[in-house]
Amino acid sequence: MFLKEYIKEVFGAVKSLATGMRRTGYYFTHHKEIITQQYPDNRDTLQLPERFRGEVVMIHDENNEHACTGCTACELACPNATIKIVTKFDVDEETGKKKKAIDTFVYHLELCTFCNLCIEACPTGAIKMDQTFEHSVFDRSKLTKKLNHDGSKIRAGVE
Amino acid sequence: MPSLENITDDLDVWLYQQFGATATFLIESVLIALLAIGLFSILGLVLIMMERKVSAYMQVRLGPNRVGPKGMFQTVADTLKLIVKEGMTPDGADKFLFNLAPFIVMIIAMVILAPLAFSKGFQIWDINIGVLFITAVSSVSVIGILMAGWASNNKYSLLGAMRSGAQIVSYELSAGLSVIAIVVLTGSLRMSDIVASQENGWWLFKGHIPVLIAFVIFIIAITAETNRAPFDLAEAESELTAGFHTEYSGMKFALFFLAEYVNIFIVCAVGATLFLGGWMPLHFGTNTQFNHVMDYIPGIVWFMGKTFFLIFVIMWFRWTFPRLRIDQLLNLEWKYLLPISLFNLLLVTLMAIMGWHF
Repeated sequence: MFLKEYIKEVFGAVKSLATGMRRTGYYFTHHKEIITQQYPDNRDTLQLPERFRGEVVMIHDENNEHACTGCTACELACPNATIKIVTKFDVDEETGKKKKAIDTFVYHLELCTFCNLCIEACPTGAIKMDQTFEHSVFDRSKLTKKLNHDGSKIRAGVE
Repeated sequence: MPSLENITDDLDVWLYQQFGATATFLIESVLIALLAIGLFSILGLVLIMMERKVSAYMQVRLGPNRVGPKGMFQTVADTLKLIVKEGMTPDGADKFLFNLAPFIVMIIAMVILAPLAFSKGFQIWDINIGVLFITAVSSVSVIGILMAGWASNNKYSLLGAMRSGAQIVSYELSAGLSVIAIVVLTGSLRMSDIVASQENGWWLFKGHIPVLIAFVIFIIAITAETNRAPFDLAEAESELTAGFHTEYSGMKFALFFLAEYVNIFIVCAVGATLFLGGWMPLHFGTNTQFNHVMDYIPGIVWFMGKTFFLIFVIMWFRWTFPRLRIDQLLNLEWKYLLPISLFNLLLVTLMAIMGWHF
């Protein structure tokens, strides 16, 4: 019936609008829901989300060992050539075999778009996104970083 | 108890004794003009601040919070900036109409202020066709908008103005019909009579469902008439940059902006007068103690409270609903609101004749 459809349509419209207004009304009366971070004021107590992408760092454990095998998967995954891995060959003292390892993990912060593709590409979980985000410096060369610490070596057992 | 009525009457008598009839009239005109301008500037500051805070809280944000305590003086700072800015006139524009348009919009907003009853006896002009006057004058504001859109020599401005014309002309109908519903019940177009008829209860409560429907239609229609979201097709930031005031800057833009908020205040004040009893306090039938307490609150507070409640509801609409398309907008008016309000008017008339309301 035409009239029935018409009235049903009007009531449906009013109901859906009321649903929307209930939501905004809830937010209006519940100020605890506000998610704005008043950043420079709350710098000490700033709570960043877990998955916030600040910059790429390499994970080192307490023995100054990392999990990077120098496979360059991250370098290949990077869309804008942010990562450059310089490899070298370590000689195993016992067997005398040569083994590929990283010499320098170069990270160009100034080129990085924080897309997270390198972290997803890494087969050993050697790199991760840090939560730091105050990156401004006065000299552009300071943005080119070496991610592996001095004297660090690959953790035993990571292939 | 001193009321605004006594103050105005005493002032009138005192001026008359001091200066005579002609000078009293002139002085009172100047005083009223000053009061109106003062009210408008305060309204502009308060309403824009209110809108920004309401929108912020509804969008889970904080809103302006830097200038002054809790960001109170943000709008003052913005106004200062707008006053200092240069008012550009584009090369291809029709200079005379372009510069005239913001003033027309503003003047119309001021003229509608005349028959509003702020409190008992505190009214600029208790004209006997008050409601008709308001509906008639408020539809003239579309001329100012069309003028601004046409004179800007800009396709976005013209599109916005044309949309605004179609919108105001069509929504004027259902707004008028829902106003007539109250006029039928009251039997008078005079604002003070309409308020007086609600002494024992507001029309929203006394008038049963037909008046409730009329009230809802009135709220929808005034939202459209003031070009507010979800009916802000005349501005439609995402499609037309800023619609009819795209080319305006500085104080001329500020006048448009101010006129928008003043218009909201005025239509909400009309709604409060017609449906929520104007400056009449809230009374419950026989509960005399409660009624006495309510009587002690001055009329101006009641009036402003009701008006600001309606303004808040309209802001709530703006920050909740998505914008309609122009054909949806016209569908809503011609296929839904107009038939419903016509039918509703019949119901109200029947109710008034049979005396079914309280």
